[in-house]
Amino acid sequence: MSALNTPPLATIEEGIPNAKDRRRGERTTKIRGIRAGYWVYVGLGVVVVSAIFPYYWSFLIGSGDATTINNPNMSWLPGGNFIANATKVLSDGAVNFWVALWNSIFSSTLIATSVVVFSTLAGWAFAKLKFPGGKGLLTFVVATMAVPMQLGVVPLYILFSDLGWTGNIGAVIIPALTSAFGVFWMTQYLSQSVPDELIEAARVDGATQLRTFWTVGVVAARPAAAMLFLFTFVGAWNQFFWPFIVLDRQSPTLPVALSLLQGNYFVDYSIVLAGVLLATIPLLLLFAFAGKQLVSGIMAGAVKG
Amino acid sequence: MLSFSQKLSRWDLKFSPYLYISPFFILFAIVGLFPIIFTAIISFQDWDLVRNSGTNVGFDQYLWILNDPKFWTALRNTFSIFLLSTVPQLVLAIFIAALLDRNIRGKTFWRMSVLLPYVMAPVAVALIFSNMYGDNHGLVNNLLSGIGLEPIPWHKDPFWSHIAISTMVNFRWTGYNALILLAAMQAVPREYYEAATVDGAGAFRQFWSITLPSLRPTLIFVVITSTIGGLQIFDEPRMFDNTGQGGSAQQWLTITLYLYNTGWGEFNFGRAAALAWILFIIILVIGLINLFITRRLVRDEGSRGGSVPRRGRKGARR
Repeated sequence: MSALNTPPLATIEEGIPNAKDRRRGERTTKIRGIRAGYWVYVGLGVVVVSAIFPYYWSFLIGSGDATTINNPNMSWLPGGNFIANATKVLSDGAVNFWVALWNSIFSSTLIATSVVVFSTLAGWAFAKLKFPGGKGLLTFVVATMAVPMQLGVVPLYILFSDLGWTGNIGAVIIPALTSAFGVFWMTQYLSQSVPDELIEAARVDGATQLRTFWTVGVVAARPAAAMLFLFTFVGAWNQFFWPFIVLDRQSPTLPVALSLLQGNYFVDYSIVLAGVLLATIPLLLLFAFAGKQLVSGIMAGAVKG
Repeated sequence: MLSFSQKLSRWDLKFSPYLYISPFFILFAIVGLFPIIFTAIISFQDWDLVRNSGTNVGFDQYLWILNDPKFWTALRNTFSIFLLSTVPQLVLAIFIAALLDRNIRGKTFWRMSVLLPYVMAPVAVALIFSNMYGDNHGLVNNLLSGIGLEPIPWHKDPFWSHIAISTMVNFRWTGYNALILLAAMQAVPREYYEAATVDGAGAFRQFWSITLPSLRPTLIFVVITSTIGGLQIFDEPRMFDNTGQGGSAQQWLTITLYLYNTGWGEFNFGRAAALAWILFIIILVIGLINLFITRRLVRDEGSRGGSVPRRGRKGARR
């Protein structure tokens, strides 16, 4: 059972295609020579505006004050209160924004790293090492992806309260350290990208299993591992249900802190939406640097070989 | 007689695979398997939080839930929100994918732009949209009254609240699914379009007869993942107002929100556990129905996955 929302990549059937398929995709796009008409750009423009608008809207409200939203003739230009509102959010002792920021960074990084390591290990074994029971166990892993988080929360909560870990970020991290989706993703990728002869050659040369894994498997797994890291990170950062149950206001994650903010300031939406923007900035930065990889990750997962 | 190093090497060959998969399975046993079994046990109990143990009550919790009108309202809401967020989303995603599939300038820019909503947390999305869908001073109602229309009771009326919540889901996932569909579209060999052009088929006819049928396996996949995710919806309905009760008359109470309020509002763990199992069974049943339909659809195609358009697709078309 995964504690995270596994990204619905279309890998269930085929997994990441090999490089050949991807190249073909690019080539065939070029063959279709006719340039797109202006209406294509108009359509895409509408889509992009609606993708950006909610961000802009929260800046618009978040830079005003409590009355902005009640004003029917409100301006479509931002006001000058964003810094003031943001300061209010950051210094609110009941919301603990800085703690939340640290918790989110810390837990998401740890979860993504751990998922990548364990998934690469297991994926390598399932994809390239033939062993009795391997097929059955892999089927079991895939089957667990259909199990919802909801099925585990009551006992997990009882378990963590017995340990005195409620309110502790560890209670969010531990259930998410592995991911069935991750194992499946790495299995798919490795089985397609590493030729069996390579492993056979390593064995003949007297390499131990661990050495083969390290010099062949890990090297080959890198692109898929990077994608898995990104998607797991975003999923861990945004997850809400379980952290909302097990954490409290002393030590929340950012989504939990946002829910506290809503509870405290439901009469002053300028503060709430300033907080929403603040909480989104880290992921916007990630998107600026890795958005391209996210796009190709989604598209790579979708193509059927 | 084998030497020590030979023995070691055999041992290495035999046990390494199990060693590599063991972290996943050990952790899964602790945080996955154990809770699932424990949830089943607790669901047959009346759990006492103080004593931290339960007394057996048989199927009472299940019966209580099935006799609770709130549960049926939550079930209706969950399915209604699920449909309102899946169907329009897929249609839009196909449309956007078709636009992105054209020979456009700045491909990377456009692709990244449609993915922008995906990085925003569902909680954040819900807060922004709840504000825009405010009953009295929300953006949408202001615009409606601006052009002389009646404001919409976004929170009071179940249907409109479902529309509002579905918009949040659609905002976050449409671009994501558009990229999945775009990848599938690019896998269609362009020769089919060329042949269709030669045969005199227009752009719309080509889309209908070539693009859509090739998308079928991907569409089925997207529907299945949307189902598993959609039936668990919690973040958006929880944040739609500041009390998190799903509305004064359960207008937008969903199964998971109901589960949360049972478990951590009323602290009735036995009942929450029973609800979790009911949710799981619903997901399984819908999943099996999906699988059944998928199998039939794929059999109709005579083949599977991307190989469909490649093999004899031209011949199959008149």
